[in-house]
Amino acid sequence: MSSEPIVSIQGISKTYASGLQALKKVDLDIRRGEIFALLGPNGAGKTTLISIVCGIVNATTGVVVADGHDIVRDYRAARAKIGLVPQELHTDAFESVIATVTFSRGLFGLAPNPAHVEKVLRDLSLWEKRDSKVMTLSGGMKRRVLIAKALAHEPRILFLDEPTAGVDVELRHDMWQMVRRLRENGTTIILTTHYIEEAEDMADRIGVIRKGELILVEDKAALMKKLGKKQLSLSLQTPLQQIPAELAALPLELSASGDTLTYTFDTQTDETGIAELLRCLGAHGIDFKDLHSSQSSLEDIFVSLVRGAA
Amino acid sequence: MNLYAIRAIYKFEMARTFRTLLESLLSPVLSTSLYFIVFGAAIGARVGSVDGVDYAAFIIPGLLMLPLLNESISNAAFGIYMPKWAGTIFELLSAPVSAFEAVIGYVGAAATKSLMLGTLILITARCFVPYHIEHPFWMAAFLVLTALSFSLFGFIIGLWADSFQRLQVVPMLIMTPLTFLGGAFYSITMLPPLWQKISLFNPIVYLISGMRWSFYGKADVDVAISLAAILGFLALCLGIVWWIFRTGYKLRN
Repeated sequence: MSSEPIVSIQGISKTYASGLQALKKVDLDIRRGEIFALLGPNGAGKTTLISIVCGIVNATTGVVVADGHDIVRDYRAARAKIGLVPQELHTDAFESVIATVTFSRGLFGLAPNPAHVEKVLRDLSLWEKRDSKVMTLSGGMKRRVLIAKALAHEPRILFLDEPTAGVDVELRHDMWQMVRRLRENGTTIILTTHYIEEAEDMADRIGVIRKGELILVEDKAALMKKLGKKQLSLSLQTPLQQIPAELAALPLELSASGDTLTYTFDTQTDETGIAELLRCLGAHGIDFKDLHSSQSSLEDIFVSLVRGAA
Repeated sequence: MNLYAIRAIYKFEMARTFRTLLESLLSPVLSTSLYFIVFGAAIGARVGSVDGVDYAAFIIPGLLMLPLLNESISNAAFGIYMPKWAGTIFELLSAPVSAFEAVIGYVGAAATKSLMLGTLILITARCFVPYHIEHPFWMAAFLVLTALSFSLFGFIIGLWADSFQRLQVVPMLIMTPLTFLGGAFYSITMLPPLWQKISLFNPIVYLISGMRWSFYGKADVDVAISLAAILGFLALCLGIVWWIFRTGYKLRN
């Protein structure tokens, strides 16, 4: 795998004519061949960022280089490498499935290749529907058509904007199968999603965007480590002034009011140390009236990140 | 040059044309036939001749231009407005396609349809009046230039429009009066002097006059001026389209 990023986003800002600042100096490198998940609440700027890289929205400032090509100066070479599946189901109502997919291939400057179009349609279970007008298809099938259109020109970089929003379980499953196949063929995939488990399942790296700022980019493995943490909260019978010195070595935290002790431990290891903790507390005469344990999920991390200092 | 993209857009647009062929060609042919019956046969019999040309024959160039202008504008405007309205324009914007290539595809297809319509009107006219074309080459040239430049004009309207109402405002409120007052049914020399002067500000006058010259060798204004007018209009539209794509006006935020 080349260390050169396949997409390099440098200092991208976007202020719309309405004055809305959608992106603030975003820097992001996408590695060749990875699956990158961009998470963020609605209106965070995910779609704007994707739209800029794909050439649909002009950036106010900043540079994007896609596979070595500046997306503005060298837009032909850059865009030929990029495929986009938009969030909204924008399809040509009156065209047949095969016509609209063939159209996309031509639009991106490639000679007709019925064999490739057939393969894409078959992969997406659209081949039987190839002569149907797009308007007669269900929402899920239209989503497949959009994916087929994006794959018609064999892109090296594929953007999936909320690909599983409003999609049934079967299609979601098929879609992730397809994403894995594409990745095996060396396609780089950047997706946005609301389904955090999907990002967990699929992505190599995760970026979190909030109010136009990229606030976190991390390997999923590193995030999972945070995910592996569990906390045990003990409500004490009598508030403590401070943690007894003998217990100071343990990962304990005392709440400001002194009536709750929080013990953080790693679920990935065999030894949680809970039994030891409870013995020590007993030995020091620290009684508790209640206890509960909680696991921080990626969702919690995400929620705390996006709420952040807001 | 992305020739595959031009071909894809052209084919896409022509497919749209053929889907709606009957409706889009039948109605202009019907209205042209009605004009021939009312103005050519009924009224024309009393008018006699204009500039030494039988009235029924005199109105043919104008009757050819009327649907040509209207259809060029509305067809091309609709062609680019629809993807904007349906959201499918995202694909064109994200494709490695230059403004020039997109215009060739969309406007080329719209102009092709207009030429098909023009040919059909000429055939229809033949059923009513045995006309004769003095300068066939120039007739074809005016036909092609008009179809091209007004398809381009329609393309601009389609880019500019952000509602179906706006899409129809220009053809309805501007083109209809201009074409009716453009000398389709009369020679502007038949007007009072003041209205003759005012008519010279109407660009359609030059088009119809040029077309009539190619048919009968008679014109209200010099044919060179007519030709310059249509070429100037073509250049103006090209300039506007170039500016729209360069700045992203109403296309890219």
